[in-house]
Amino acid sequence: MSNSFTRYTGTMAPLPIQNIDTDQIIPASYLKVTDRSGLASGLFSRWRYRDGDPEGEPVSDFVLNRAEHGAARILLAGDNFGCGSSREHAPWALVGYGFRAVISTSFADIFRSNALKNGLLVVPVAEDVSAALFDAVAADPATEVTIDLEARTLSLPDGGETNFEVDPFARRCLLDGTDQLGYLLNQAPAIQAFEAANPARLDTRSG
Amino acid sequence: MSESARTLFEKIWRRHLVTAEERGLPATIYVDLHLVHEVTSPQAFTELDERGLPVRRPDLTLATMDHSTPTDPSIDDTRLRVLDPEGSAQLDRLQANCERHGVPLYAMGDERRGIVHVIGPELGATQPGMTVVCGDSHTSTHGAVGALAFGIGTSEVGHVLATQCLLQHRPKTYEIRVDGRLQEGVVAKDIILAVIARLGIGGGTGHVFEYTGEAIRALDMEGRMTVCNMSIEGGARAGLIAPDEVTFSYLEGRPMAPAGDAWEAALEEWRSLPTEEGAVYDKTTTLDGSALEPMVTYGTNPGMAIPIAGAVPEDDAIEPEKRASFRKALDYMALEPGQQLQGKPIDVVFVGSCTNSRYSDLMAAANVLRGRKVADGLRVLIVPGSDAVKRQAERDGLAQVFVDAGAEWREAGCSMCLAMNGDQLAPGQYAVSTSNRNFEGRQGAGGRTFLASPLTAAASAITGRVTDVREVLS
Repeated sequence: MSNSFTRYTGTMAPLPIQNIDTDQIIPASYLKVTDRSGLASGLFSRWRYRDGDPEGEPVSDFVLNRAEHGAARILLAGDNFGCGSSREHAPWALVGYGFRAVISTSFADIFRSNALKNGLLVVPVAEDVSAALFDAVAADPATEVTIDLEARTLSLPDGGETNFEVDPFARRCLLDGTDQLGYLLNQAPAIQAFEAANPARLDTRSG
Repeated sequence: MSESARTLFEKIWRRHLVTAEERGLPATIYVDLHLVHEVTSPQAFTELDERGLPVRRPDLTLATMDHSTPTDPSIDDTRLRVLDPEGSAQLDRLQANCERHGVPLYAMGDERRGIVHVIGPELGATQPGMTVVCGDSHTSTHGAVGALAFGIGTSEVGHVLATQCLLQHRPKTYEIRVDGRLQEGVVAKDIILAVIARLGIGGGTGHVFEYTGEAIRALDMEGRMTVCNMSIEGGARAGLIAPDEVTFSYLEGRPMAPAGDAWEAALEEWRSLPTEEGAVYDKTTTLDGSALEPMVTYGTNPGMAIPIAGAVPEDDAIEPEKRASFRKALDYMALEPGQQLQGKPIDVVFVGSCTNSRYSDLMAAANVLRGRKVADGLRVLIVPGSDAVKRQAERDGLAQVFVDAGAEWREAGCSMCLAMNGDQLAPGQYAVSTSNRNFEGRQGAGGRTFLASPLTAAASAITGRVTDVREVLS
């Protein structure tokens, strides 16, 4: 999967629920995988399918099952999105489904960090902006917005735009494809110096 | 106010800076202890293997099996392969990864095995002033010994395996002060549920909690672990409690704790850790511990908690923009606004999880259940947090108390807290659970969870209804 993001224009899938936890995004029964793929069918499965079973009947009024939102690749969600478990399977499932970004008034810390490492942009917006977006999508599901990571702007349905905050390092990584593990590995001399100056008190092999 | 006075958090943070934050670049933080389990590590090991990287510090890494392990004593390896081939394959993968990289692993059958956040402190691996991480949000538990401990995602698990470091921005600090003495029947779990009800589940986002005050200082180590464990349920990645004599006497003599001269040197350093007079937190909230009551949740997140004698809030007590989510939660729980929870019939009681599965938790539950029977038709699961806890409870007769009362005495593991291993609620069932999350379907699709303390769980086990332990004990 691609870990880059520059600019995206598209429609939104509205999920006006607060505190959507990562157990809802991807239930624990999907966590037995040993790779990152195959999670898209589990995305929101408890809300998306009758009895939570992807083989079963889709819940017709759930946003991802509605024809007018089927192509949306931006999720517009309520406050404190991604709270709870640290499972990175949550952004893997969202990205696997095709989502490029999530817009909310706030994000849980671990989810935010996980999402940005997987090319899934989190776009925090003010409450009035969030309310305006939900209203616009309700009035016209074909409403499009543009997220520009270089400019850190989100275009609004009324023709205006708003700036959003994003961790500058994560932004750089997404824009130019910097590999975070590679960046850390390049710090080997500093890590070695730290270890020399701070000998460990613990040896887990001694237990 | 002193310029140089520092908080516990600031001291640990500064002592672990490999490189400081600058010009928008995150700090590089050294990790003293990396805990690993089967669910969030396979993709990280794959990342290392694809790049041809070794684990940098296997001697600072410790792996266990807990999330998907069976707790039914009759399920052995062979049966597990049939019952749960995927879970079994994940356990095999962890074993192979650890063997290949020289990482110590407590596999099935090992006497040191248990829930990752139970065995860390139990072995003395988790020590004051350390940085501790794990691919699990309840890593905050280890903050109880005065370690900066937080959950990370699988990409970050890979970063730590390969470099023993993490890229982090410095969080803000949030003092949670709990003054006064707790009333009879009110315990650590009630403190943390009351804190989260006050702050909301996103209230600590971007912050590290430090719990202070008389009610916190009076807790034993295991109570402190319960409090720190649920910091993440308040949105804070980490929760800290300053180390003191309670901490030191807990750690002394544990297998991985320093000994001899090293113990003395460690003590001197640990005594320098607590927050200094005049140090400033970014935020502070104060609760009166003496006014707290046993708490129970009614909704689908841990912030939706009320005193056990209280009632589910009415619609008009909820902010208008939150009302739809509130009603969604009540629909799921099949509860009404204004309804009393006390007396509500339940189907299952679960005593376990990294929140409340330690010896003192089991002791608290056993003291209520001793000489009594669980209610007819009620299923009661008692799941110790580690093999060591299990053996001690069997030696000391606690296990027999549970068995005599009619409860199921299980093998150690995460079990019904997240219901990955087959221990789960049936659709529509209600449970009183000592775990940490009452999210929709968390304990089984369609299951409904009331989070509470081990005392409340045990009292409810006797009556088969949500019960105030003070009524059972009086």
